[in-house]
Amino acid sequence: MPADITSQTNAYSNSEIRKGINGSANTAFACALISAIVFFVAYLSQVSSIAAGTPWTFSGEWVPRLGVQLDFRVDGLSLLFGLLISGIGILVFLYSYGYFKVHKGHARLQWLLLSFMLAMLGLVSSDNIILLFIFWELTTITSFLLVGFDHENTQARRSALQALLVTGGGGLALLVGLIMLGQASGSYLLSEIIASGSAVTEHEHYPVILTLILLGAFTKSAQFPFHFWLPNAMAAPSPVSAYLHSATMVKAGIYLMMRLQSSLGGTEEWFYALSIAGGITAVWSSMMALRQTDLKLMLAWTTVMALGTITMFLASNLQIAALAAVTFLIVHAFYKCALFLAIGNVDKSTGTRDFNKLGSLVRFMPITALGAVLAALSMAGFPPFLGFIGKELIYEGTLTIADQPWIIVAAAVAANAMMVGIALTFIFRVFLGGESTITREPKEVYAVMWVGPVVLAIAGLLTGLLPGQITEYVIQPAVSSVMAASAEVKLSLWHGINGPLILSIITVAVGIMLFFSLSIVSRMINNLVEKLPVVGDSAYEFLLNRTQFVASKLTNRLQTGSLSHYLTIVFMAFVVSVAVTLLYHPVSMDFDRLTPVTPFIAIVVFLMISAALVLTFSNTRLLAICALGVVGSGVAVLFLVFGAIDVAITQLMVETLFVVLIATVLIKLPRFPDQTDPAKTRGLRDAVIAIAAGVVMAIITLGVSLTPLDLTVTHFFEENSLAQAYGRNIVNVILVDFRALDTLGEVAVVATAALAVIALLKVRVHAQGPR
Amino acid sequence: MNSLIFSTISRLLVGLMLLFSVFLLWRGHNEPGGGFIGGLVAAAGIIVYGLAEGPGMMRKLLRIAPQTLVLIGLLTSVVSGLLPLLQDSSFLTGMWLFIGATETEKGLGLGTPLIFDIGVYLVVVGGVSGMVIALEEEL
Repeated sequence: MPADITSQTNAYSNSEIRKGINGSANTAFACALISAIVFFVAYLSQVSSIAAGTPWTFSGEWVPRLGVQLDFRVDGLSLLFGLLISGIGILVFLYSYGYFKVHKGHARLQWLLLSFMLAMLGLVSSDNIILLFIFWELTTITSFLLVGFDHENTQARRSALQALLVTGGGGLALLVGLIMLGQASGSYLLSEIIASGSAVTEHEHYPVILTLILLGAFTKSAQFPFHFWLPNAMAAPSPVSAYLHSATMVKAGIYLMMRLQSSLGGTEEWFYALSIAGGITAVWSSMMALRQTDLKLMLAWTTVMALGTITMFLASNLQIAALAAVTFLIVHAFYKCALFLAIGNVDKSTGTRDFNKLGSLVRFMPITALGAVLAALSMAGFPPFLGFIGKELIYEGTLTIADQPWIIVAAAVAANAMMVGIALTFIFRVFLGGESTITREPKEVYAVMWVGPVVLAIAGLLTGLLPGQITEYVIQPAVSSVMAASAEVKLSLWHGINGPLILSIITVAVGIMLFFSLSIVSRMINNLVEKLPVVGDSAYEFLLNRTQFVASKLTNRLQTGSLSHYLTIVFMAFVVSVAVTLLYHPVSMDFDRLTPVTPFIAIVVFLMISAALVLTFSNTRLLAICALGVVGSGVAVLFLVFGAIDVAITQLMVETLFVVLIATVLIKLPRFPDQTDPAKTRGLRDAVIAIAAGVVMAIITLGVSLTPLDLTVTHFFEENSLAQAYGRNIVNVILVDFRALDTLGEVAVVATAALAVIALLKVRVHAQGPR
Repeated sequence: MNSLIFSTISRLLVGLMLLFSVFLLWRGHNEPGGGFIGGLVAAAGIIVYGLAEGPGMMRKLLRIAPQTLVLIGLLTSVVSGLLPLLQDSSFLTGMWLFIGATETEKGLGLGTPLIFDIGVYLVVVGGVSGMVIALEEEL
């Protein structure tokens, strides 16, 4: 009976909790969806005016003193990205609603996705490069949180950290690069930098600027040798992978390269950096894609391949290359996002993503299968899909730009043939044919989950059939932005029988061969990969481990926990740094300027020196403390003699309290250790350090007192203390009024130190257990 | 420390020192003194009392936990700096009120710097006596 009651209460509270979760998740979902729709519609409404050459701008104040304004400027390139981000955003938010319906993290996911979308839209719309960088970092942070969404999973946490360290590290380089770019070109506004043409390439720091900015772009867009984080980031849930790691965020680096191509491109450095990194990335990752059995990882590697291909094209500053890059970017966003979402559906429905276990899914999930097959056809580059046009452009581009066309053409054909092989695997091994070995019967997913793949796949088909609209309103303006000159482009499915078409036919033939010999090819690639030296992930692991190793060694060396060790370091650092400075800037010693020493001062100083000697040779702590107190009080008396009454009182009080505090502690400690202690062997060294510190300090003090004072500040305080702050005690007026912010900082330090001491004493006792 | 003489004198002393500390705090704007010095004097008085009577009595004398006193002090200083924002001045600008001011007499000036200084005073009193209490209790 009691057990029943418990279970009933549990059921009740669970449903209560569920209601609460759904409530907040619904709010988050509604906010995300509405924002995405609003942005999408807003971008659509600007399409024709931007196509006509009028950018959509917005400007606001933010940190005027640092020259950071909220300058937004949406031109053709920004519009293309904006439409992709907000449009795919709508589908991904809908999809996530179904995917996470009963997940306790649903609300968190929707908020994070929304934050990401806003950051990404900001990134592609910023005209100010500092603003761009801030949004850039925001996408890095939201990506970190989204990759680590399943934070109870070690692998997810590791991948999230890796994505953060790699892209965050690149971000730091980018920041320096952008600042140098701003300095070199004389403006922090992208529009002005671009308007100044290729002036930056003439600048003496151009190689440094280029390296730093490309480091940022390459890490973000997963270019070799930083490509490894992206497949690992597949630890994220499917909608996140689809949105961030295929359609949008990883294209931020591409966006930056497109944006700056007209300013930084056109040089040999640019050409070789991009074509080599992009080329290696494309070929390597398409090989890696073929050896995967996990469909999602396969897609991840093909994403890396696509990014490599686009980077390779951006190496050239010809219009055909820009056109190929822009078109392929759109093609890729459509089919890759659709496939990621479809694989998410398969995973949700069957519990596996291993294509060896899946087959003939069209019987169970017909609508998902429709979307996936259409998307895969576009990926393979079959007519009449947009993918076909994209691939034709790639071939046309490679035939045009390369000095040694056949090497690059061969690489492009190989990479594309592998795409065909993978697309055919998706179609015939997973959705239309193949044997399923899973035990449970898969069901079609909710409508919100299939609408994404289907819409995107149909978009790929329609834009392929009727390329006129998208060319005029999206592709042409974007290409114009990349070229920084108005471009005239036309796309069509049929170009007649020419080089690209023949290459396409070869590609399809090789692709079909690859499809039939997939297991042999993947075994060959596996054998090859095992023989190759370590790259990417292992290098990251090695660096991370070494950094932690060195850091812990260094910390153990410096943070010994011994007070005398700390003091040794502090005083040695003081002596060395000041002594070196004094060697280069000697202090002139004009002793005639010194005021005469009165007998009273001589007596005080004599007392202080005696006390210091007593302190040094004392055998008990109490004597040492009292002697120290005498020295401090002597200083207070000297302050008094020279008229600094406030300072003198403070010094005296601090000295008194110090003696009391230390006495409280030391009374409870044992006597000084015996002189046979190792401390004695340190005696000589300590004496040297102490005398050196004393001599250096004396030189500085003499130097300061012999330097003629600039009395401007003194006069200001003397004149204004009473007039403006109504106080005759200048010291106090400075403390509480003129420089009150400094005092506030100091008081905060006192407070923090006191709280820390109290907390440390408590912790120490608790660690030892109750007395 | 069980000494009747010290204990008796410390009680007398703590009152005098606290009074003197407030005097120093008050006159600080025009004569030597101020929140920092006042706070140190008050803390010294409280510590003398604590040495004679033990940390428990120090806590009783303070009435509220020293950590709380520190935070109240910090808050007081920050709030005194925020007040001028109400009349569109920048953070920590002095705001003054002259009580009984006439054509010739300035009157009694009360300003946010005084509130700021009271905050400093509280932080110093709470911080120093808190450290001594913790040392006495935990060691």
